[in-house]
Amino acid sequence: MPEMTLVQAINDALRTEMRRDDRVVVLGEDVGKVGGVFRVTQGLYDEFGENRVIDTPLAEGGIIGAAIGMALYGMRPVPEIQFADFIYPAFDQIVSEAAKLRYRSGGEYTVPMVIRAPVGGGIRGGHYHSQSPESMFIHNAGLTVVCPSNPYDAKGLLLSAIRDDDPVLFFEPKRVYRAVKMDVPEGEYTVPIGKAKVIREGKHITLIAWGAMLFEAISSAEEVAAQGVDVEIVDLRTLWPLDIDTIVESVQKTGRVVIVHEAPKTCGFGAELVSLVTERCFLHLEAPPVRVTGWDTPFPYTLENEYLPLQHRITPALLETSRY
Amino acid sequence: METPHVNHARSPRSPGDGEVLTVIRPDGTADPATDPALPTERVRSLYEAMVRTRIVDEQLVRLQRQGRIGFHIGSLGEEACILGSAAAFREQDWLFPCYREFGALLWRGMPLQRYVDNMFGNANDPAKGRQMPDHYTGRAFHFGSVSSPIGTQMTQAVGFAWAAKLRGDDVVAGAYFGEGATSSSDFHTAMNFAGVFKTPAVMLCRNNRWAISVPAERQTASTSFAVKGIAYGVPAMRCDGNDALATFAAVRQAVERAAAGDGSTLVEMLTYRISGHSTSDDPRAYRAEDEVERWRQTDPLLRLRRHLEVLGGWSDADQERLQKRTEAELRACIETAEKTPPPRLETMFEDVFAHPPWNLVEQCEQVIDGPRPKAHH
Repeated sequence: MPEMTLVQAINDALRTEMRRDDRVVVLGEDVGKVGGVFRVTQGLYDEFGENRVIDTPLAEGGIIGAAIGMALYGMRPVPEIQFADFIYPAFDQIVSEAAKLRYRSGGEYTVPMVIRAPVGGGIRGGHYHSQSPESMFIHNAGLTVVCPSNPYDAKGLLLSAIRDDDPVLFFEPKRVYRAVKMDVPEGEYTVPIGKAKVIREGKHITLIAWGAMLFEAISSAEEVAAQGVDVEIVDLRTLWPLDIDTIVESVQKTGRVVIVHEAPKTCGFGAELVSLVTERCFLHLEAPPVRVTGWDTPFPYTLENEYLPLQHRITPALLETSRY
Repeated sequence: METPHVNHARSPRSPGDGEVLTVIRPDGTADPATDPALPTERVRSLYEAMVRTRIVDEQLVRLQRQGRIGFHIGSLGEEACILGSAAAFREQDWLFPCYREFGALLWRGMPLQRYVDNMFGNANDPAKGRQMPDHYTGRAFHFGSVSSPIGTQMTQAVGFAWAAKLRGDDVVAGAYFGEGATSSSDFHTAMNFAGVFKTPAVMLCRNNRWAISVPAERQTASTSFAVKGIAYGVPAMRCDGNDALATFAAVRQAVERAAAGDGSTLVEMLTYRISGHSTSDDPRAYRAEDEVERWRQTDPLLRLRRHLEVLGGWSDADQERLQKRTEAELRACIETAEKTPPPRLETMFEDVFAHPPWNLVEQCEQVIDGPRPKAHH
């Protein structure tokens, strides 16, 4: 089994599905000859040609609007938004059109489209290359939101997403694009959308994270283990639809929950997770749910590591919660 | 049906209108240089569709005033522009509407009953009562789903046409929009993508002079809307939008260009919105009645009728029969639609996704087991 980075696994997923299904096309800014600014689509142009790996004009609203039209025609477009920070010109097409077409047409039309976009900080990209906008899309009915943390899940989830009949936002944690290599099967396999994964079992605290913050969560769990705190880590993998059963089962066991995300705290997805846990596990809770998140500021450049919810902030949150 | 007695047969012009394709001359004859030379039977069905659209329009406004439907957004005065263009597309082509084109939907074969059901948002509404009246959908008739945000259908139509081209299919997509929508970013991106990728998309600009209360002069400093095509490398034409044969001829040329692989065309159809923007609008607050009156005198229905009479294809008796038949048909549809119950409660939670996730299943149960509101409206 070959070892792959996250970038290679996503590239392999695109290649695998494009070979299998000629309705799949990739389009976006710089996705063609150069293979994307992060090289995620590298080599696809050479294999599939300019009609399936399409460099578009520099207009996110046009990329997504046209991709919706392609999906309505019966194709399976996979548009790339170069950085999630640049997705807003396409916001109307995503939330008012792609997300609503099935509903508003009484089920006549569907938009099978996967919008890929790198998210998150950690690359010294400042405000416009670092944001995590997942909540804005989760809040809008009709969208599936995926954020894998590792190469294996990324490939399997992307194959599931492309085969899904509804629009999917596929957020790629660019901080870990090349951070780890892992065994990734060749050819087809899928990881189901809507299923979280318990990546570390523990008795004392449930730690919920996704994307790049998963690695910070693991380091923190190992750090507090030395002090006798046994942390269970849930990698959400799919943010919406949320795997509520896995969360409830874990929190009912541990009675404590810490949630980590890069996006600002207020109205971040952690707020929804805390509400759900409180509604469903109230009598099992031994401590108030805790959120370790980005601050309610724009994403800063120089003080990036002060903004991000890294190990230095997760570890004390785990210790305090365990002692509550 | 309210039609004026005078027919000047030419729409009022503005300076800088440039060349405008016209077919029907003031005496009702067709200009041989531009005449698409349709068989009389075809002209007749086009005229009948325009009259039917007018009758439905006027009756729906009445229903709204009576409080029997919530809203209507019509096409009074724009029938030639909407029907003439729709008729120029082929069976395999697709139309992406703005929200003023129910005439085109009926032309494409949507049963009147289904359209009226949409006006009532009842259980038989193809949109399942999820949208306001006149937000119809007609996939079986190759007709898109209406959304209220301005301009979004333009980029989608271009993407749709692009997909057809990539798949090697002989399919053209037409996108309707008002002149106000040319100010939106979607117009720019749609035209730009259409130009760069030579998509078989026909961009149908209904220049009806008003975007709610804002006149065309406030949408652009250009001498026309058609001129905008130049910057995108998209050929553009202008036609008299109150002349059904002129809109047919212009749009047919555009469809043929698209089908031949020559890419998109922007067609500016010069017409006028006789009514308010919708039943929620009172245009007396922002425009002079004499302007409306001038346009009333170029009524597109009278214009085509005169031509049909010249062709020997229409009589007063025909008119009366058509009127009676359409009114009776519409009356029956309204009666049926009014008696049809609202959509089932469960439908509120269906079609959000192909498969409802747990939160929608839970919320659906909560609604069904929960308290009921006093009334739906």
